Amino acid sequence: MAVSGIVLLGFVLVHMIGNLKVYLGAEAINRYGEWLRELGEPALPRTAALWIVRAVLAGAFVAHVVAAAQLTALNRRARPVGYRSPRDYVAANFASRTMRWTGVIVALFVVFHLLDLTWGTANPKFVRGEVYDNMVASFRRVPVAIAYIAANVALAIHIFHGAWSLFQTLGWSNPRLNPARRWFAAGFAAVIGIGNISMPLLIVTRVVG
Amino acid sequence: MDLTLRVWRQAGPEVPGHFETHEMRDVSPDMSFLELFDTLNERLIAEGREPVAFDHDCREGICGSCSMMINGRPHGPERGTATCQLHLRKLPDGATITVEPWRAAGFPIIRDLVVDRSAFDRIIEAGGYITAPTGSAPDANEILIPKEVADAAMDAAACIGCGACVAACPNGAAQLFTAAKYAHLSLLPQGQPERWTRVVRMVREMERWFGSCTNHGECEAACPKEISIDFIALLNRDYVKAQLRNRALAGQRG
Ligand code: HEM
Ligand code: FES
Repeated sequence: MAVSGIVLLGFVLVHMIGNLKVYLGAEAINRYGEWLRELGEPALPRTAALWIVRAVLAGAFVAHVVAAAQLTALNRRARPVGYRSPRDYVAANFASRTMRWTGVIVALFVVFHLLDLTWGTANPKFVRGEVYDNMVASFRRVPVAIAYIAANVALAIHIFHGAWSLFQTLGWSNPRLNPARRWFAAGFAAVIGIGNISMPLLIVTRVVG
Repeated sequence: MDLTLRVWRQAGPEVPGHFETHEMRDVSPDMSFLELFDTLNERLIAEGREPVAFDHDCREGICGSCSMMINGRPHGPERGTATCQLHLRKLPDGATITVEPWRAAGFPIIRDLVVDRSAFDRIIEAGGYITAPTGSAPDANEILIPKEVADAAMDAAACIGCGACVAACPNGAAQLFTAAKYAHLSLLPQGQPERWTRVVRMVREMERWFGSCTNHGECEAACPKEISIDFIALLNRDYVKAQLRNRALAGQRG
């Protein structure tokens, strides 16, 4: 769970930084898209490095979802009959108790996102390689922009707990550094949330594009 | 003070249970929560009714018997306090207090508020021991232990095995109990020979009975001994290490 989570965290960060090139104009982001394909050349054939990264990501994604399903099954079995009176939680927060739901929202979003901006199936104006125009065409559709924003709110909430939780899961604990773990997770969630949400928000409101 | 008690009644493991309401008028605020139940039970016995079954023994916060979910929190609203040490003055006068048993597959209900916690004994049997000869007591300071280490081991050893961590956990996980019992042995030199087998065996046994940790932190907040989830991090780290380590070399220092 934690190891695959770290791979996914690394991905969402790098993916966001790359996409923020949309603010530098069409040429910058299109060139970035092209660079992703050329990465590793000439040592590797064109798009080879990209496919390796995609394979690692897909592996991490599948491992994460399988682990989440197993964890959920184990925990359901651990309390077949629940409390009959309302619980009064003290430490568990909204993020930690909704990991399953924010995770599922993100998973459904990933499918739509691939159909929209990778394969173009869900984007009638899609032109391969025209990253900038594709983003603008997609985010100009109000329902799509709303879906992107909602999914990234869910992702930020997921990261807010996950990026803290992983330290405990992997046993990275040190009394001197532990207070920083909460800030790290909050900061990571804020950066990913704000960065990713800004793009559909600024495009749908026609500030950019 | 006056309290309205809603208590879970269940005649046996297999039968359905229900909440039963009792008005407790004019009880002393200096009573402990268990004394409130004693008062109730004396009344029930006088009326010829079945008293409420609940676990208790030491009544001084060290045996871990008294297990009650009080208004949605194990051992009630006061931090670092077992049910037997909770005094009624900590509760608002006139309040309705709902009490039910721990709910977990690993803790089947026997009757009313009493659950069977022998799954914890299974976890201890799996690794909560050291194989030292039990002759006469060794000399003091024969084995030197840094103060910080002794303190940390003592913090873990404070666990009274009450099960509040499992009861509090949204996942019904027993990581805090297992980690405390693992850590108080594994932090000390005497616990090293079995360290890597201990962690694997205790974790495997734990997973047979309980859920798994997703780091909500609810256990730490519920623990009457305020045991830190830092010990869960230690348990997790040592579990991973135990898988990767060449145990034939484990006798070396460092
Ligand atoms: C595919 C959809 C996803 C599902 C169904 C899902 C589900 C879950 C669940 C149930 C947990 C366990 C709760 C816990 O241990 O704290 C979890 C943990 C975690 N998730 Fe996700 N998640 C998904 C996507 C993601 C993504 C995209 C990221 C990266 C940004 C991520 C990062 C993490 C991290 C870092 C943890 C904590 C790992 C740990 O402490 O063991 N997850 N996820
Ligand atoms: S009765 Fe012993 S801890 Fe409460």
